[in-house]
Amino acid sequence: MTQPFRIPAAGRLDPQKVVRFTFDGKSYTGLEGDTLASALLAHGVHLVGRSFKYHRPRGILSAGAEEPNALVGIRRDEARRTPNVRATVQELYDGLTAVSQNRWPSLAFDVGAASSLAAPLLSAGFYYKTFMWPKAAWERLYEPAIRRAAGLGVAPHRPDPDRYSNRFAHCDVLIIGGGVAGLSAALAASDAGARVILADEQAVPGGTLRFEAGAVIDGMPGWEWALAAAAELRSRPNVRLLNRTTGFGYYAQNMLGLVERLTDHLATPVPDAPRERLWQVRAKRVVLATGAIERHMVFPDNDRPGIMLASAARAYLNHFGVAVGSRIAVYTAEDSAYAAAIDLRKRGVEVPAIIDLRQDPRGPHVEEARSLGIEVLAGCMVVATEGWLRLRRVCIASGEGWRRDIEADALLTCSGWTPAVHLFSQSRGRLAFDPETQRFLPGQYAQDAASVGACNGTTGLAPTVAEALKAGADAAREAGAGAGGARNIDAHSGDAWSAGFLGDAPAAGRMAFVDFQNDVTAKDIRQAVREGMRSIEHVKRFTTTGMATDQGKTSNPHGLAIAARMLGKPIPEVGLTTFRPPYTPVTFGALAGHSRGKLFEPTRRTPIHPWAESQGAVFEDVGQWKRAWYFPRSGEDMHAAVARECRTVREAAGIFDASTLGKIEVVGPDAARFLDLIYTNSWAKLGVGRCRYGIMLREDGFIYDDGVVGRLAEDRFHVTTTTGGAARVLHHMEDYLQTEFPELKVWPTSVTEQWAVIAVQGPRSRDIIAPLVEGVDISDTAMPHMSVREGRVCGVPARLFRVSFTGERGFEINVPADYGRAVWEAVWAEGQKHGACAYGTEAMHVLRAEKGFIIVGQDTDGTVTPGDAGLSWAVAKNKPDFVGIRGLRRPDLVGSGRKQLVGLKTTDRRKVLEEGAQIVADPNQPVPMKMLGHVTSSYWSENCGHSIALALVQDGRERDGERLFVPMPDGAVEVEVTATVFFDELGERLHG
Amino acid sequence: MAEIARREPALEGRACQGQGISLSPAAPASRLSLRAPEASLAGLSQALSLDLPRRPKSSATKGPRAALWLGPDEWLVIDEEEADLAAICAAVPALHSAVDISHRNVGILVSGARAEEVLNSGCPQDLSSRAFPVGAASRTVFGKAEIVLWRTGEEAFRVECWRSFSDYVFSFLEAAARETS
Amino acid sequence: MLLIYCPYCEEERPELEFRHAGEAHIARPANIAEISDEEFERYFFIRSNPKGITFERWRHVHGCGRFFNAARDTVSDRFLATYKAGEPKPDLSGKGAKT
Repeated sequence: MTQPFRIPAAGRLDPQKVVRFTFDGKSYTGLEGDTLASALLAHGVHLVGRSFKYHRPRGILSAGAEEPNALVGIRRDEARRTPNVRATVQELYDGLTAVSQNRWPSLAFDVGAASSLAAPLLSAGFYYKTFMWPKAAWERLYEPAIRRAAGLGVAPHRPDPDRYSNRFAHCDVLIIGGGVAGLSAALAASDAGARVILADEQAVPGGTLRFEAGAVIDGMPGWEWALAAAAELRSRPNVRLLNRTTGFGYYAQNMLGLVERLTDHLATPVPDAPRERLWQVRAKRVVLATGAIERHMVFPDNDRPGIMLASAARAYLNHFGVAVGSRIAVYTAEDSAYAAAIDLRKRGVEVPAIIDLRQDPRGPHVEEARSLGIEVLAGCMVVATEGWLRLRRVCIASGEGWRRDIEADALLTCSGWTPAVHLFSQSRGRLAFDPETQRFLPGQYAQDAASVGACNGTTGLAPTVAEALKAGADAAREAGAGAGGARNIDAHSGDAWSAGFLGDAPAAGRMAFVDFQNDVTAKDIRQAVREGMRSIEHVKRFTTTGMATDQGKTSNPHGLAIAARMLGKPIPEVGLTTFRPPYTPVTFGALAGHSRGKLFEPTRRTPIHPWAESQGAVFEDVGQWKRAWYFPRSGEDMHAAVARECRTVREAAGIFDASTLGKIEVVGPDAARFLDLIYTNSWAKLGVGRCRYGIMLREDGFIYDDGVVGRLAEDRFHVTTTTGGAARVLHHMEDYLQTEFPELKVWPTSVTEQWAVIAVQGPRSRDIIAPLVEGVDISDTAMPHMSVREGRVCGVPARLFRVSFTGERGFEINVPADYGRAVWEAVWAEGQKHGACAYGTEAMHVLRAEKGFIIVGQDTDGTVTPGDAGLSWAVAKNKPDFVGIRGLRRPDLVGSGRKQLVGLKTTDRRKVLEEGAQIVADPNQPVPMKMLGHVTSSYWSENCGHSIALALVQDGRERDGERLFVPMPDGAVEVEVTATVFFDELGERLHG
Repeated sequence: MAEIARREPALEGRACQGQGISLSPAAPASRLSLRAPEASLAGLSQALSLDLPRRPKSSATKGPRAALWLGPDEWLVIDEEEADLAAICAAVPALHSAVDISHRNVGILVSGARAEEVLNSGCPQDLSSRAFPVGAASRTVFGKAEIVLWRTGEEAFRVECWRSFSDYVFSFLEAAARETS
Repeated sequence: MLLIYCPYCEEERPELEFRHAGEAHIARPANIAEISDEEFERYFFIRSNPKGITFERWRHVHGCGRFFNAARDTVSDRFLATYKAGEPKPDLSGKGAKT
């Protein structure tokens, strides 16, 4: 298939390397190295999308990342459908499938375009003003309808199958932008031996050298020099050159976010290659060489397909070998657009006229254009254009009043160049307005950075190279690298440049677009000012100018100038909207990196986990841990399994994996003194080999954590914490030791994962473990409840605790983690002989609730004191100090009316309350009811034969025996307030 | 007498070889979390037969034994021949806390020309040999897990993490190692 | 991501290794059990939260584990100084925040 607009001799692509692709189902060919945009243009296709609000046909505006119009969907397969891809950035590959967006039923015939007829109604602020009433309709009616009508691409419905990656990097000098400025700076900085990273968003560095036909550097054509410079940099061990990499965010202390695109340009991506890689680079010095962005002219109907930026047409011609039309006019207020006309004319393209808004454009470029037979219409303006799906005619008026129409299928426009100060501004640098050139330029720097070249307002090739070389060498030196040789690069270019023009050209009518992507016209901005918007931030929000995915790269200065003119204020007084990351859109995949699926966050498993898995256990998440929840046997549901496990523990025994329990070894001569300060209880008198239950408070007097502490030696304690509290308790201990009690000679060390913990609970527990234990007398007299011994279990060193969280005689065997599974299996084998079962966390919860033992974080919520929880007995009465001692005495903590932990029994014994349900005295009172408290724990108790619950109830302990109600959607549930212990009230079973 | 239970180390059987990168679990070793004030260091160093390092981010090695500086009063001592480090320190009268953490930690060996960049996929520190030379050791983070990182050679690192994080850390390293750039 | 100089590790480390730990220089009263409700309120509940230079605690939790203090400008987010726990507030004259 021929590419009628391809002029291979004009470009750098190999005409033999043909690539096939489709756009909206139609097959096309392009060349290797094309972008989707250049390949479409080679076929004369300009129409690629519909505008956001008015559904106007839109063409390709630019040849780069600033593109507001040419957004398409790229589809590889069902899961890989990327919306809103800029056709000007998407590299072509064989088999690429692209579709247009925001049109129905087709791009050429779009029903939504009728809204264009209603445009007078849809002006700025229309949505805000119109869809206000009734309020509920916004959510249900207006918003969904508006979203359907005005939209971008559609996200895929399947999970993203691609891989994304992350890399932290450090360097002396980070350079953003691989144009002539960035390459020069990189050469100079790396000459000096600095570690350099150069990031360039293009496939090949070179920047505007892609199209600047007249540039000569070191005796080479500019583009060839760029290739040579890139090759030289790549060969240096101290340089990392990143292609297809956008510096999208400039954060604190010279940290920049870069996104590297690795596979979107490949026909068949390498399976293990990540699609994108996020670079988080920390640089000692940053050199910004981000160039400038050309602005379009704002004039009536300036958005027709075929109207594009002059430099873009030059890039399509000089790099891709594509003429963007067959009769191309130019409308400009700036010198650089002449070069586009000249280059095109020289390649035989008809250029009927250059319409120059300025009265008297002068210079060699004007002469050259005239000498090539191009008519230069000075002091003229474009007052209208014609052509619906493609530009046909340009209507011109002169200052003197004559009018003329020119037939043209493309119109190149340029009103000047905007320095790309986005990253500088993100770095919190202050921009300064240069009134002479009407540009915001880097002013005061906030970080260790320098801007070079066009983004710094420097014009001309030679000054840019000189500035960049100096900045590169300076950055290397300031970063502590050596001094480089004095590199000199000889550069010159015939390209002209002038300040240009901001705002709308005279004669701008209704549809003179400022922001193409959000369909904001010059008139909309004037209307915003008329309606009282004074700051550019307000104008922006009212009109949405600059708020589309392109963030107004081509349009913001125009909008600002129009508002300033309306307000009669100079531009800097109107202000500038804030530049925020990202510079161009970044995928969620890149930001997530490896953090998805299995690597989303650590999944912690105990050494016994594989055994539980092999037994068909159902697991629950407890923080990052997976814990065996219950062990269903065939035919059992959760209720049946838990009931059986609970019954078995009390009748015979149960074996439970308690490895996740937090464990801290507290060692040092002041260990007991330290525990005295950290816990509410007293520890000095706890004998070696004995255990005690301890409560830990915050200074405000509320329960922070709890657990059993065993004394292994005079100066060594084995502290246990809740599973979820392990890390914060250690942090809490270190905090007090380092900052409040630094004189104490004691250190806490986390041993949670040193030990696998196998709890054996129930009347047969001692019989089960007896054959496995060596060196410890585990008889009731030698090892009573709440004691700890060190010995051996299954031949390995063990810490054996006689403790119980079930109310039964119980042991907790601690063995080094790698032995956990083998010891568990040995205990299991013994347990089988005694009718024991494995039980999970649900049965553990029920069993402890039957005994009224609290779980911190379930029965407490950060506002519960030991007194509230019925644990006053664990608070020492005569200690001079402990964390929380003063908080406990606060008037609101000692007064009446506190919510206290009580038991609840439902009148209907089978009814299990909902945890979190509210409790009231009178269920028939009007709403809002007076709530007395809430249910904290609630279960079916197989052992009691009725449901049990714990609850925090106002003055609960005084309400013993009182009838209260739990209002639920299907009626109030009557409950009786009881004590918290439901089973074995006297605690006789603990001792066998 | 009960049979001695079989040891089942975490990451048993895991390994990953790639272009310029190799990942493998370290062999079981004995480990000690040692906390001590300045005044005790001479005695402890003597007992351990190596000079406990006092410079941040450094380590000292002697034969199969190494001591990694983790904080101004904290060291991770590793003995690859599984010497009873706790017993050695127990004989030192000087003030200290020695806690056996042999099973708490899991070691992962990361080596090869790409070791640095594979680790930098999750570790935010500057790992160039200028900033993190051979012998450097530091507690830090790798993705969402805490690790201790120790550079044992120009292209060799040892990662130590808690046992239950080892699957995450190893899998993350594998993902980064598999990546072609 | 901030870069924080740890006074114990004697180098700058990535923020990911640190945890913020509230306002600095609030000493726990030695006689805490005896203080009045008003004194307890001042000690436990009241924080200055200034705009500008703030003194705060950080812990190098995934590093050397030490708590230390920092002077930071809450407007620019710049650290002006970090210093070991127990040391007095540093002299910040001449260290004005660069904005």
